[in-house]
Amino acid sequence: MAEQILDKAAKDGPADKVGAVSEVTSTTAAGERIPTVIADDVHIVYRVNGGPRGKGSATAALSRMVRRKNAPGMREVHAVRGVTFVAYRGESIGLIGSNGSGKSTLLKAVAGLLPTERGKVYTDGQPSLLGVNAALMSDLTGERNVILGGLAMGMSREQIRERYQGIVDFSGINEKGDFITLPMRTYSSGMAARLRFSIAAAKDHDVLMIDEALATGDRKFQKRSEARIRELRKDAGTVFLVSHNNKSIRDTCDRVLWLEKGELLMDGPTDEVIKAYEKETGK
Amino acid sequence: MSTVSEITHDSAVAVSPTSPDDGLSPAELARKHGLEVSGARVGLGDYVRQMWGRRHFILAFSQAKLTAQYSQAKLGQLWQVATPLLNAAVYFFIFGLLLGGRGGLENEQYIPFLVTGVFVFTFTQNSAMAGVRAISGNLGLVRALHFPRASLPISFSLQQLQQLLFSMIVLLVVLLGFGHFPDLSWLLIVPVLLLQFVFNTGVALIMARMGSKTPDLAQLLPFVLRTWMYASGVMYPLEHMLNKAGAHSWVSDVLLANPAAVYMDLMRYALIDGLPQALPPHVWALALGWAVLVGVGGFVYFWKAEEQYGRG
Repeated sequence: MAEQILDKAAKDGPADKVGAVSEVTSTTAAGERIPTVIADDVHIVYRVNGGPRGKGSATAALSRMVRRKNAPGMREVHAVRGVTFVAYRGESIGLIGSNGSGKSTLLKAVAGLLPTERGKVYTDGQPSLLGVNAALMSDLTGERNVILGGLAMGMSREQIRERYQGIVDFSGINEKGDFITLPMRTYSSGMAARLRFSIAAAKDHDVLMIDEALATGDRKFQKRSEARIRELRKDAGTVFLVSHNNKSIRDTCDRVLWLEKGELLMDGPTDEVIKAYEKETGK
Repeated sequence: MSTVSEITHDSAVAVSPTSPDDGLSPAELARKHGLEVSGARVGLGDYVRQMWGRRHFILAFSQAKLTAQYSQAKLGQLWQVATPLLNAAVYFFIFGLLLGGRGGLENEQYIPFLVTGVFVFTFTQNSAMAGVRAISGNLGLVRALHFPRASLPISFSLQQLQQLLFSMIVLLVVLLGFGHFPDLSWLLIVPVLLLQFVFNTGVALIMARMGSKTPDLAQLLPFVLRTWMYASGVMYPLEHMLNKAGAHSWVSDVLLANPAAVYMDLMRYALIDGLPQALPPHVWALALGWAVLVGVGGFVYFWKAEEQYGRG
């Protein structure tokens, strides 16, 4: 284990990374490692209405509803097939795999937002997806959205009042004038994404899950958000990161799960898995 | 397949060195460290406590929806008042002037009677319509964040209550304009509104669960609600119309006991002087009964499917 870290540090280079890793391991080295998320043979099936196979007649649809039968047009998509893993406190775990391999679905199941078909997910505390997009309203000002988003994530009014200025400063929305008092629909897509990330990252999470959120904003903001994620990781028990950017996975994660077609193909230290993944995808 | 399991097994060993937890099944490991199943439904008492913890969100969400509704319009929030006023004007034109549904009431009584009825019924109607889409129309939110799902329908019916309070401004002007001045009986509108709000929230919760399973209800519901509106005497004195049609007495008993008619009657008799018929018997008991039955029943019914919202 120790060689592994040294090895990795030598390869990765940046000094802050070494600090982060040793800090994380020191919390776990004290005693036994504490699991925060346990996925036990998780299967997730989406049922999609109105697939092309469905017979279109209205009377047929009605009789199916009356008989409470699943429509033949109802298609099942088996998105995650029997994934098992244990995540420990202090770990930062990357999820990689091609599009549609079930990464986001798995995260939603860990968060308890999608019921599993078979198997169970056990968690310590409430895992939360980093994302408040759905709670925000484009017709409202950025100011009100900060408050609304904070409340939606379960922060108290006092917490939001304390962190309000921090959120606005972090997003950098006001760098080019007083934009926070304008409705969000007037923001550029980059500005809106920055504000969303800032709101989402303002809360302390037990288990934090980030779904491709690092791709937003300009280079400067990306750097700042990576730093923020490292910070969150220090406070949070465990961080999950979905990304197609292998570099940001290398920079932030020390363990990687590789999903393909809903199955866990590989689970191990970042370098090992990413190397295998890059070989497989011919990069 | 075998190579896959080998890889995962190897790396699992590499990541976790010797640990007392080795050899435990995932379920045993979870039990040992006190981990809980993610997304499981909590008990009713805890659920109510969670809802209470989210009260600021519920309020903020309803106000945000209310503000966002007219933010693109030039007249802005003025529409909060203008919309109900125009509604009342249309119904006056059709039922008061064209169809003669006023049942012998003079303008001084009929117009406040009509406006009160329209506003009170719209409150229930819109709560039901908002409820049916509360989950199915906010799946993104349900799939992204954790909160007791009942927050959504409750928030929507709270939005309707705030909308109604705007309408009350119009109603006040109409009442004063036709010579009905405030007296002590006006205070009765507070308990009436409270009971109706509880009833509407129950309706919204029931509709939300049904609509989350069968979104088609959103297409069907307007017809049901329109039938309900005509059967409750929003635009005409119900008893007068029933007598005119020669209906059986049990028909009029049933129709007069329906919740929409009950809340409308209570509101009208609290605000308007000199209405010809007296209030039907037991009307306060009915108002309370409906509120408790539908409010509590709806909440429990909604909670029963808590872990299933967002599926699909």
